[in-house]
Amino acid sequence: MNFKHKFVFLFPGLFVLIGILIFPIIFTIRLSLSGWNSYTPEMNFIGITNYIRLFTDDPRFWESFFRLSFLSVSTVILQYIIGFALALMVWKEIKFKRFFRVIFLIPMMTTPVIMTVIWRTFFHESLGPVNDLLGHIGIGPILWLSDPVIAKFTVIIVEVWQWTPFMFLLLLAGLLSLPKEPFLAAAIDGASPFRKFVYVTFPLMAPISIGAIIIRLIEASKIMDTVFVLTSGGPGTATETSSFYIYIKGLREFQMGYAATLSFTYLVIMIISLTIIAKVLTKLMIKE
Amino acid sequence: MKMKTIKTCVTALISALLVFSNVAYADKWSDQFPHIKATGDIPGECSYESMSKKDYSGKTLKINTHAVPVMGEPTALHAEQFAKLTGAKVDVTHTPAGDLYAKAMVPFQAGQAPYDIVFGFSNFINDWRRYLAPVPKKYTDMKQMKDVTPSHIGIASWDGVMYQFPVDGDRHYLKYRKDVIDNPEYQKKYKADTGKELKVPTTWKEYGEMAAYFNDWDWDGDGEKEYGSAEVMKKDDLMYAAFYSRSAAYSKNPKTPGGFFFDLETMTPLINNPGFVEALTDWVAATKYVPPGGINFGLGDEIGSFGGGQTLFSFSWDDAFVAAMQPDSPINNKVGAAQLPGSTKVWNRKTNSWDEGFNQAPFFVWGWAVGVAKKSKEQEMAFDYLCFFANEANHQADIGIGRFGVNPFRDADFQADVWTQIGWDKDIAQSYVDTLAEMEKSKNRVFPLRVPGTFEFNAALATAAAKALAGQLSPQAALDEAAKQWNDILNRVGKDNVRKAYSVGVAMEDNKL
Repeated sequence: MNFKHKFVFLFPGLFVLIGILIFPIIFTIRLSLSGWNSYTPEMNFIGITNYIRLFTDDPRFWESFFRLSFLSVSTVILQYIIGFALALMVWKEIKFKRFFRVIFLIPMMTTPVIMTVIWRTFFHESLGPVNDLLGHIGIGPILWLSDPVIAKFTVIIVEVWQWTPFMFLLLLAGLLSLPKEPFLAAAIDGASPFRKFVYVTFPLMAPISIGAIIIRLIEASKIMDTVFVLTSGGPGTATETSSFYIYIKGLREFQMGYAATLSFTYLVIMIISLTIIAKVLTKLMIKE
Repeated sequence: MKMKTIKTCVTALISALLVFSNVAYADKWSDQFPHIKATGDIPGECSYESMSKKDYSGKTLKINTHAVPVMGEPTALHAEQFAKLTGAKVDVTHTPAGDLYAKAMVPFQAGQAPYDIVFGFSNFINDWRRYLAPVPKKYTDMKQMKDVTPSHIGIASWDGVMYQFPVDGDRHYLKYRKDVIDNPEYQKKYKADTGKELKVPTTWKEYGEMAAYFNDWDWDGDGEKEYGSAEVMKKDDLMYAAFYSRSAAYSKNPKTPGGFFFDLETMTPLINNPGFVEALTDWVAATKYVPPGGINFGLGDEIGSFGGGQTLFSFSWDDAFVAAMQPDSPINNKVGAAQLPGSTKVWNRKTNSWDEGFNQAPFFVWGWAVGVAKKSKEQEMAFDYLCFFANEANHQADIGIGRFGVNPFRDADFQADVWTQIGWDKDIAQSYVDTLAEMEKSKNRVFPLRVPGTFEFNAALATAAAKALAGQLSPQAALDEAAKQWNDILNRVGKDNVRKAYSVGVAMEDNKL
């Protein structure tokens, strides 16, 4: 076949790639080199001024990034542990297996913003049912959304509740696809359930686990809706994450050029850090 | 026979009233639109009767407004009424307060007009006016516009051109539970426990002491705990305005004209001077006497909390007061209004020391503002809608509903009768209108920033104050951080640009305009 013909067949894919990925990135980079804001709405060129500002004079961005790292890593670890436990539970032959599988998936099927509004109502310190119930047994009121430390854990609770089913679904699919022979061999050798999990199930599940963890880390690192609705980044800046901070700078304060700088820097950091995390997880979990 | 004659006369009189009075004229409209049942339609260029003669069938009006209920609810209600009267289709989008600015600015800067009408705050005027259509003379000359107070005409205008259609007029003042403060038993108990008089607080220190005393116990006997104060403390929900209210007494010194936020000569930010720090220190202490979760209260929460009888004090916009005075409120006719508390000292930036003595400064927060996009293809319909929104019948109905966020801005609103007609006790109505009128007369007022980059300045201040409230930074460190950011913003925007716009506000504060 003529080489040029093959090239023509690649064009549609290339156009799509350029349109939805390359162009927005290039546009973001160009915007990041401008001072576009509410009073100078133009794509002027200010060089790397925004980048200098970010690296020398914006501790709030870095604080929000480290906060995001804590929130995303802790929520994904919890989601993995709980999701794996639930998947193991319904993997075996138990009563109402199908019912439980559906029940466990419900949180993921709900709309995050609406569910977060409901959680916010639950955790409302003076009007919500959680403090009311705790009050009956002499506890509280707990400042679920007003205490800088507790508010972080409230965000974690909501995130874990919402996204554990996703982890559960991936891990259950992985468990159902495992070969039966290693388990039969372990049974013949008289391995206990614990040893079977540690030496058979967990190693066999490692590739799927890494995939699930990375997918969830990517999603968790974009956490925005939960924070926006639940705490608006507060109290103070105690639950402000990178994406929420970028949103504030771009769409609230209208510093479009600077927000583009933050977005591009964040993208680069995420690509590097997720690549490193994937390699570390592979090394830790998959033994040759 | 005599009785029959009297009956006939009375019947004739009532019939005449029904035929010729405004109320009778309006009844056909109040039957269809119960919102105006108290007054019926009131004749005017934008009345129900006048609007019913317009035909906008087949046309669509798009509006971006605030979330329900504050301003969002009346926008939607009047949109529905307008649609019924004119045949227009009206699409209303509701947006949280923190996003109103960007929701309009993004399409404005892109040269688009996805909304014909945009709601925001009146201090956006300097950033928005390039993209708004001036209010046509036809509307500025109308009877309903002539009753708008000169200060609110000024607020809606820039360089003498009106860009924002007046629908609201705002200021901050103190609201208190009259049934507690005026209660002889509590006065006695408070005196015995603290050695001080229980009275309407005239300083922020008194406010704090009383709020702390009446915090976290059931002082109204309803079986539930009440608290000291409900305040707007949520970072992205107008909390900067609450902070300026608390700061005015400590920092607006009548002896040092030339700027409250900046020194107009040098454009040095003043927000980290000891006056502001004192106010923020008071505010951090206030986190101990707000309801649980009060540190996350936005305006809607504050209205619900004070209006629902949960707290002794509140001090922001009219809405909480009006909500408390509604017939269905548990504290109907149990509240009072007064000037914002003052202080016993005020910072003098010229001498770098405190001037001792009582000081008080009202804060004119201005209020909700609304304009028509310059690129809108439905400008006539858009202005008709706004004119209808603010017509006399709608206005009188709206100002009596606290959650609507529509507050007095017309001379007629400052008459006690307007409020007694909707069920307010006479003395409460009088104290309310007196409070508003006194603010108009004050010579030591603070007006909000109306400069390029207003949103950035206020956001930086709000973030810093929120950090102090959450205990992340000390008041001084928080305000130093805000001042540094203000300097950075000044450098980006240009000192001269900001100075030029700020000088207008300073002239108003210094009573030169």
